[in-house]
Amino acid sequence: MKFLVFLEHYHGELEKGGLGVLSKAASLGEAAGVVLGPEAREVAGGAGAYGASTVYVSEDEAFASPLPQPRVDALAALVGQTSPDAVLFGASVLASDVAAGLAARLEAGLNWDLTDLVLEGDELVGKRPALGDTVLVDVGWTGAPRIALVRAGALDPVESGGSATVEDFEVGFSDFSTLATLVEQTQEESSGPSIEDADVIVAGGRGLGSPEAFSLCEQLASALGGAVGATRAVVDAGWYPYSTQVGQTGKTVSPRLYVACGISGAIQHKVGMQGSGTIVAINKDPNAPIFDFCDLGVVGDLHQVVPKLTELVRARRGDH
Amino acid sequence: MRIAVCVKHVPDATVHKRIDPTSKRLDRSGEGALNPTDLNAVEEALRIKEAHGGEVVLVSLGPAKSMDSLRKALAMGADRALLVADDAVAGSDLVATTAPLARALERESPDLVLFGQASSDGDGAVLWAAVADRLRRPLVSQVASLTVETDSITGKRQTEHGYDVIRAPLPAVVAVSDAINEPRYPSLKGIMGAKSKPQETLDLAAIGIDVGLVGEAGSKTTVLELGPPPSRGDQVKIEDDGSGAEKIVEYLLERRLI
Repeated sequence: MKFLVFLEHYHGELEKGGLGVLSKAASLGEAAGVVLGPEAREVAGGAGAYGASTVYVSEDEAFASPLPQPRVDALAALVGQTSPDAVLFGASVLASDVAAGLAARLEAGLNWDLTDLVLEGDELVGKRPALGDTVLVDVGWTGAPRIALVRAGALDPVESGGSATVEDFEVGFSDFSTLATLVEQTQEESSGPSIEDADVIVAGGRGLGSPEAFSLCEQLASALGGAVGATRAVVDAGWYPYSTQVGQTGKTVSPRLYVACGISGAIQHKVGMQGSGTIVAINKDPNAPIFDFCDLGVVGDLHQVVPKLTELVRARRGDH
Repeated sequence: MRIAVCVKHVPDATVHKRIDPTSKRLDRSGEGALNPTDLNAVEEALRIKEAHGGEVVLVSLGPAKSMDSLRKALAMGADRALLVADDAVAGSDLVATTAPLARALERESPDLVLFGQASSDGDGAVLWAAVADRLRRPLVSQVASLTVETDSITGKRQTEHGYDVIRAPLPAVVAVSDAINEPRYPSLKGIMGAKSKPQETLDLAAIGIDVGLVGEAGSKTTVLELGPPPSRGDQVKIEDDGSGAEKIVEYLLERRLI
């Protein structure tokens, strides 16, 4: 099966989400990548190490801003030129709009929120958790091109050490595609790793009791070398920035370790973090739903447990 | 300014949702309500109307009983409702859903099409981009604050790396996030008045969409099988007796996480 994988890049590096999808595609068949925007040629070759045989690039001015519609034109053109069986995306604010626009443009099937892709015989099957992840649905496509959006962080990039041919391709734009323009861009000041790429996340919820108590999470995160996340409830209350929000309306994360402090585990939060490797929850309410899907649950006062945990982790770090 | 707000009737959040094992579709037989995040789009439309004048039209695709839910948005202040209801639509995927929805929107020729964040039944934040492509209009999605001028809109949205401010000329398609506003509650007067506002229900033939374009026939994706999700494995739950922190450290060390 022939795959085309949409790869995003930021600050000269290919994003992990797309590379994870590319690694999966390469394990299932022949994988090509597409990189659009400034520096595309420079970063494209890096996709070879994750299994791309060819990476198509365009540095057209229309891709300078992270807007979806010119990218729909580009992918539609590339699908026409290379006839892939499937076009795959790692979900992001940008990729979701590109995938959906492409599905409409090509009258093609889009399956989204997939956590895995497998081949059953010759047919591609997507794995999609549904209804708050209480059901796992196998989804398919009636024909090519099959379009798929993979849940952020569901697939890890795997280095296979290959190299890719980088090829330019021509794009023409629809009259409406370049009407939206970027007028301003502000980058979030983030100290430490951004939450989607963090190996460890310490997240706080309403159980912290006050915005000041977020310092407990920050100190533990710093001791563990991780980032701080927040729930929708505390972001809405103005305790912590929106950009750290984990959940259905925030970021979807899957760190190796997720420490949930004072988080009840509402479904809105769960869908954003349940892909984490190990989940540790500290909550004083023994009936909190988070205890149903964490690996280690501690029923107790986080104001006692978290500072002590920080101290112990720091002490261990000091030992080594 | 004519503003069309795409809204959807979804199964009630308090009712346990299930997928019918035979049809492999979400069981929609129970009570329903307007998708909660659609209310943010309705609210934003009403604010734009209050500032610029014009008309707010609700556009929806769904079973005939959806009109009950649409009435809630009429009670908030929307002017009228257009519902495309046809048995053939059941089971439609993204392309099959957006074909009749885009056609219904074209019929209204709005200056601005608004969407809420995502529907609570399908989880997909994909509808607006597909509709924008079908309508051949510029798109700004996940907008957390919106400024509307006579011939353009400017939206600020959160991305993975910060905030982007994007401008698009009208007519345009905008999807708002639920951080954009706090939807108003309908007033008693609004509730009383909603019943007499124009409510039009059309079938596919009336909007000129062939039944072959919708439902399973028009869908390009399929549901193959339903199964239980993978289990997380063994869980450990302890009471903190003063040694909770030590136990967490032991647990993390065993798994080489620190």
